[in-house]
Amino acid sequence: MALTFKDIERVANLARLELRPDETERTLAQLNGFFALVEQMRAVDTDGVAPLAHPAAVLGQVALRLREDVASEPNQREASQASAPAVERGLFLVPKVIE
Amino acid sequence: MSSPSPSSTTPSHADLHELSVAELAARLASGSVSSVEATQHFLARIARHDALGAFLAVDADASLAQARAADARLAAGERTPLLGVPLAHKDVFVTRDFPTTAGSKMLAGYRSPFDATVVSRLGTGLGGAGMVTLGKLNCDEFAMGSGNENSAYKLVQNPWDVTRVPGGSSGGSAAAVAARLVPAATGTDTGGSIRQPASLTGITGIKPTYGRCSRYGMVAFASSLDQAGPMARSALDCALLLSAMAGPDPDRDSTSLDLPAVDYASDLIASSADAARAAPLKGLRIGLPAQFFGAGCAPDVLAAVRAALGEFEKLGATLVDVSLPLTELSIPVYYVIAPAEASSNLSRFDGVRYGHRAAHYLDLTDMYKKSRSEGFGDEATRRIMIGTYVLSHGYYDAYYLKAQKIRRLIAQDFQTAFAQCDVIAGPVSPTVAWKLGEKSSDPVANYLADIYTLSSSLAGLPGMSVPAGFGEGGMPVGLQLIGNYFQEAQLLGAAHQFQLATDWHQQAPKAFA
Repeated sequence: MALTFKDIERVANLARLELRPDETERTLAQLNGFFALVEQMRAVDTDGVAPLAHPAAVLGQVALRLREDVASEPNQREASQASAPAVERGLFLVPKVIE
Repeated sequence: MSSPSPSSTTPSHADLHELSVAELAARLASGSVSSVEATQHFLARIARHDALGAFLAVDADASLAQARAADARLAAGERTPLLGVPLAHKDVFVTRDFPTTAGSKMLAGYRSPFDATVVSRLGTGLGGAGMVTLGKLNCDEFAMGSGNENSAYKLVQNPWDVTRVPGGSSGGSAAAVAARLVPAATGTDTGGSIRQPASLTGITGIKPTYGRCSRYGMVAFASSLDQAGPMARSALDCALLLSAMAGPDPDRDSTSLDLPAVDYASDLIASSADAARAAPLKGLRIGLPAQFFGAGCAPDVLAAVRAALGEFEKLGATLVDVSLPLTELSIPVYYVIAPAEASSNLSRFDGVRYGHRAAHYLDLTDMYKKSRSEGFGDEATRRIMIGTYVLSHGYYDAYYLKAQKIRRLIAQDFQTAFAQCDVIAGPVSPTVAWKLGEKSSDPVANYLADIYTLSSSLAGLPGMSVPAGFGEGGMPVGLQLIGNYFQEAQLLGAAHQFQLATDWHQQAPKAFA
């Protein structure tokens, strides 16, 4: 099963990426090369095998821990926003989303 | 150790970079050198060997401030095993005192408001082990790569041959340790990123059991695989660092193991006396998976690995044949699962809260797309594309779920093998370090080179690379040791006995000796 240009465009949109035409072409060739390798997985009989999402499941820690629902960190708004591209009065600025 | 003679003048510090972490700590504790002096020595070496490309950030003022804090603790009489010893961190650990980029243009100039747990545990702040940060180490972008050629900033040279890669993704960490620019470094390992560069540069590195070290403050790549670990010259030095790095972080990393911290180093020091015995590793069964010794491994690598295994036999270990039948399948399984998790983790880079934002865009969606496309390099983009595809409607079962099922079979195969042996051994990498540029245009060729490290990562097992000799072109070869869950002490113990009997780990590349 080979991917098509349309697949690459669809996936790029889902991933919020914008590929130039030459990049789309290169990505298509590389992903098809990669998925040829992935096809090997079909040969493995996995009937009745439960998926393993996380090594913790093999280690007996099936349920992930929850911590108390209390504020434990100091307020670092200014330090946290220091690396933001656009901030005003403590708010992150984005282009208008509601007309 | 002997106390300095009263008649001696100020001792020369010219050899500080030749010392191990343990030796340097002893000198600091004796007062014959200060942490500030040691820090200055290493900063000068880092500056002199800038062309190696190992560092992405240095800040002498920040390092020296930390060194003064360590010296104050030493002056107050504190004697802890790492106090005042310098190190550097892979640039995927966030740090308050240094910028953090994860090797990506996406995070150019990013400054974290907090330190990663591993950084604060090792550092000079309250409750930290007192190690001084010399800077941040180059790596593949978001830790995605096996040659460090995916760094958005610069290539890293292998100190043994500067026309070759140092391995990846912790390539800056490996090169800096091998070139004696730092006594030790942190690394992260998702599919081999500590073990493979350690192997390719002739140093020692350990990836602990998944969850042993907190992932808090590690820029996330693949959350069910990422694990931090130390990289240094010897198993003893790795044990010293791991003892400080590991331990539960219950409020900040829900996947950190709820197991008490272990003093790995004291066990090793105690076992050093065993080396005098005829067979210090008597009773240790080393499993050799047939799939790790096949035609896919270069003859020079196999020769060095087999010679090292012969040394283990001399130390009393016995070699047994085991099988890990799905070894080859670990490549597609890993390269489905890791990109799937990466595509999800990297969705946070949207040009809003941190990271690159495009200068020109039409609307919010266009801003996301342009910011992300400008900020991510080729390999990160490729993996986001793969991950998004395998998680998308209609393909999830065939790819992502199928890979997770095979992941369980791979984990089970290890348990079958561990019924017959205590540790598993083999090569880390099928070849010695390759030439810079040789594989950079062929992503699948890079993926195939990860064959011996991926399966243990998928299972969450601890693994290490131990210098085991030299192959083609005089390049280092690493022996991989894989342990069962939580068996870091056993791995480090076996490696330590091997290093008491051999001197591969003490060899330095000539230009950096």
